[in-house]
Amino acid sequence: MDKDCAVYCENVKKAYDTGGDKVIALGGIDLQIKLGELMMLVGPSGCGKTTLISVVAGILDQDSGVCEVFGQNLLKMHARDKLKFRAKNIGFVFQAFNLLPSLTAAENVSIPLILNGVKRKEAERRGAVMLEKVGLGTRTRSFPNQLSGGQQQRVAIARALVHNPKLIVCDEPTSALDHETGHQVMDLLKEVAMGHDRALVIVTHDSRIFGFADRIARMDDGHIEKVVNSVTEL
Amino acid sequence: MNHIALKMLMGDRGKYFGIVMGLTFASLIMTQQPAIFVGLMSRTSSFISDLGYPDIWVMDAKVQFVDDIKPMQDTELYRIRGVAGVQWAMPIYKGMLKARLADGTFQTCIVVGIDDTTLIGGPPEMLAGKLADLRRSDGVIVDIDGATTKLAKPAKTAGGKPIPLQVGDTLELNDKRAIVVGIAKTTRTFQSQPVIYTTYSRAMAFAPRERKLLSFVVLKIKPNADRQTVIKRIKQTTGLAAYTQQEFKDLTIEYFMTNTGIPINFGMSVLLGFLVGAAIAGQTFYNFTLENLRQFGVLKAMGASNGTLLRMILLQAVLVGIIGYGIGVGLTAWFGYAMRNSILAFKFPWQLLVFSGVGITLICMFAALLSIIKVIRLEPAIVFKG
Repeated sequence: MDKDCAVYCENVKKAYDTGGDKVIALGGIDLQIKLGELMMLVGPSGCGKTTLISVVAGILDQDSGVCEVFGQNLLKMHARDKLKFRAKNIGFVFQAFNLLPSLTAAENVSIPLILNGVKRKEAERRGAVMLEKVGLGTRTRSFPNQLSGGQQQRVAIARALVHNPKLIVCDEPTSALDHETGHQVMDLLKEVAMGHDRALVIVTHDSRIFGFADRIARMDDGHIEKVVNSVTEL
Repeated sequence: MNHIALKMLMGDRGKYFGIVMGLTFASLIMTQQPAIFVGLMSRTSSFISDLGYPDIWVMDAKVQFVDDIKPMQDTELYRIRGVAGVQWAMPIYKGMLKARLADGTFQTCIVVGIDDTTLIGGPPEMLAGKLADLRRSDGVIVDIDGATTKLAKPAKTAGGKPIPLQVGDTLELNDKRAIVVGIAKTTRTFQSQPVIYTTYSRAMAFAPRERKLLSFVVLKIKPNADRQTVIKRIKQTTGLAAYTQQEFKDLTIEYFMTNTGIPINFGMSVLLGFLVGAAIAGQTFYNFTLENLRQFGVLKAMGASNGTLLRMILLQAVLVGIIGYGIGVGLTAWFGYAMRNSILAFKFPWQLLVFSGVGITLICMFAALLSIIKVIRLEPAIVFKG
């Protein structure tokens, strides 16, 4: 595995049991994501994109194959170590934002820090600083239902970045947003999330944002059909 | 993560109040109904409690409880006085007699005859008149509850309020005149009948003629005598039953517990309260967890361990448990206070707090367990499902 490789997948397979039938979600995935890279996983519904990022993010175990994230084989890790690894190294941005509705923006952003052992007050202070960075410095005390979709996704991005993780996993980050807001969110992600020691994986259907990717992996039926460097090659 | 757990809980106000209400209801039923039950049971032995002074009660060996009078011969009193260790022994008559009221109606009363000389066994608290007034001709002392309700004189105008019996009023007991010389405060009896105190010899005159009329002998033991030894001697010497005050109360309560449907009826109420409370609180708490499952999934994905989530759910369960329990117990205490002057039997000993506390803890544990199982089995990958 290369030194600058953030994610290394080799022949990763995963199947689900659905009432006696086996549905193959990943049929032997080979993929490398480099540090400093924004990789997009695209493809039709049910092609295995979400399963792949779940495996890469360490929240789902593959049936076979190797998946290493920053040199750590997640499958061989003890459950407790995997939790700690996830809390420290992975940031999540979800399609439906998944903010806790009863917490303020700053409190939502502070969760990853608290899970990493930072005291609540300090975590909230750093959460507020992170919100400032994503342009929501005046909304730290707002609850999610008081924010627009774009603002909620900005809070989610702040939450994904606040603990300075090395891998950011985004699931359809723009699909619940209009075109303009979607672009703003992608601009923000590029601006604040990208770095030479960090990698970004985005699962998306939204062809309008393909242009933001450094590389695009097109998936179909549990396989990666091709990996391209620009949208025109798709 | 504790503050996040609490904010999650209180953020959904409807569910939060639903859970607290369920637990409040369960706590209320689990304390209020047993408190009435304990109150009722304590009334069964109120006559024994009110007559607190003696050390030992002696009665016919076949007596099963305090109202089960099996009269003894008057000579038994002298035999008991002769037992070693007895300092003094006094006779008590207890019987049900009909009192004829001023309007010509009859009312069954409990008549208690106490020793003519010492007046030992009299009512615990005098409200009007003096205990010594019983020595006056035809004197009786009536309990305040009876005097104001069942023995009260008819109202002067139709539909008016009955006039409470007062010192100086007269009654007829078994066709014999009785003059009220005092009003006393006594603990209500199980059947809530009026209680009339008089001297033993006058009670003999009021009571229908029978060969045996002595109901109980109450006695005090000598300062250095051992209570159980004296009881043993009395039993051996006279063949009668002898109990300490507590033993006699226990015997009475046990009789009502085993021979009446009261414990079952109240037990059913308490069980129903527990089940309904468990169903409401358990179901609402479980639904609350189900609706927050995605949030727990997010926390799990971000690195929260099962232990952390378990602590969060337990904290939520403990909080609603404490609040529900507190409100329920508070409502029961308020209920008891509001009813303190009514006919309702109510007694709220500390043991009931423990009992309902255990009940609420079980409900919360049950509700939390259901939720915990669901959260522990939760796949964090759920967060990626739209």
